[in-house]
Amino acid sequence: MDYLSLFVKSIFVENMIFAYFLGMCSYLAVSKNVKTALGLGVAVTFVLVVTLPVNYLLENYVLKADALVEGVDLSFLSFILFIAVIAGMVQLVEMVVERFSPSLYASLGIFLPLIAVNCAIMGASLFMQQKEFVSIGEATVYGLGSGIGWILAIVGLAAIREKMSYSDVPAPLRGLGITFIIVGLMAMAFMCFSGLNI
Amino acid sequence: MSQLFSKKNREIFTAPLGIDNPVTVQVLGICSALAVTAKLEPAIVMGLSVTVIVAFANVIISLIRKTIPNRIRIIVQLVVVAALVTVVSEILKAYAYDVSKQLSVYIGLIITNCILMGRLEAFAMANGPWESFLDGVGNGLGYAKILVIVGLFRELFGSGELLGFKVIPESVYNIGYINNGLMVMPPMALIICACIIWYQRARNKELQEK
Repeated sequence: MDYLSLFVKSIFVENMIFAYFLGMCSYLAVSKNVKTALGLGVAVTFVLVVTLPVNYLLENYVLKADALVEGVDLSFLSFILFIAVIAGMVQLVEMVVERFSPSLYASLGIFLPLIAVNCAIMGASLFMQQKEFVSIGEATVYGLGSGIGWILAIVGLAAIREKMSYSDVPAPLRGLGITFIIVGLMAMAFMCFSGLNI
Repeated sequence: MSQLFSKKNREIFTAPLGIDNPVTVQVLGICSALAVTAKLEPAIVMGLSVTVIVAFANVIISLIRKTIPNRIRIIVQLVVVAALVTVVSEILKAYAYDVSKQLSVYIGLIITNCILMGRLEAFAMANGPWESFLDGVGNGLGYAKILVIVGLFRELFGSGELLGFKVIPESVYNIGYINNGLMVMPPMALIICACIIWYQRARNKELQEK
């Protein structure tokens, strides 16, 4: 499949947040401030780009039917193996971030190790398994595109929420309620990309 | 027997059903609550699966909580949950194949469902097995409640059916009523959730933010 088409589709048409709702929990929690939102978005993208090729190799050479040994289908192990790879990679990313950017490490706090349980990472691997990509390049491009889509979504929401803090929201809707409505409206806006065909 | 269902234990069970709902108050488990509710049947199946998994994961982690080394705590929790989800996923594929196809990746995503990690860390690591079981069932049912409400609205107004049975009679269509197509799409799930939160916070003023 054409890399450009896959890349654009994974950012806009199949946006991790607005089409599939993956990674909502940390998305809602960290989107109060554009700087931290961008930092988390970049961290999520980095983890995606690192874990998707590894999981692709696992899927094609170990888990698929007849991959490892003729007649043996290990796909029931996919959940455990994928999440183990993701947890290991996140540990690695944590160490790298702590070494090269201590300020980012401090501002992300608990959310960096929490990327391991971010639905977006696991979801991307499971979608990759479902979509049956033909090469490791496609898996990586898909990961990069999904990550960039996630960054767009979280930075967009953070920018809106920063401005919203000056608005007069009714008490029962303040905080979580109005955030859901904003995300709903943003999702409606992203629906306009659904006919995109490159 | 009265000790098993003491007032404190009953509160552990009933709090997540109302005032401490995992989706609308604790903000956990949002991803799947929005994604699988386009129809009512997957919503019910998902709610039940999560309830079963949270309850048993809570019990298992609570039983081994004193022997887990702190550094690999998260990995042990993830492995336990992944094993449980694999079992539930295989059962669903065997006995409810159509629904499991509709749920597709969201069954696997129960592993990363924030409710699980949230309850394991916050409750099971510090409490006994029976309390953890009650907490797990309570949170699972609280989550299922929100899924069913959202699924109900979306399927009813989005396709005029409930569980596949036509509910809105033909006569209503004839006078000009049309199914609301947007209900089946992602944005409406978010807006319905916002309305549920609005309603809950209007009734319970202590939940409102400053």
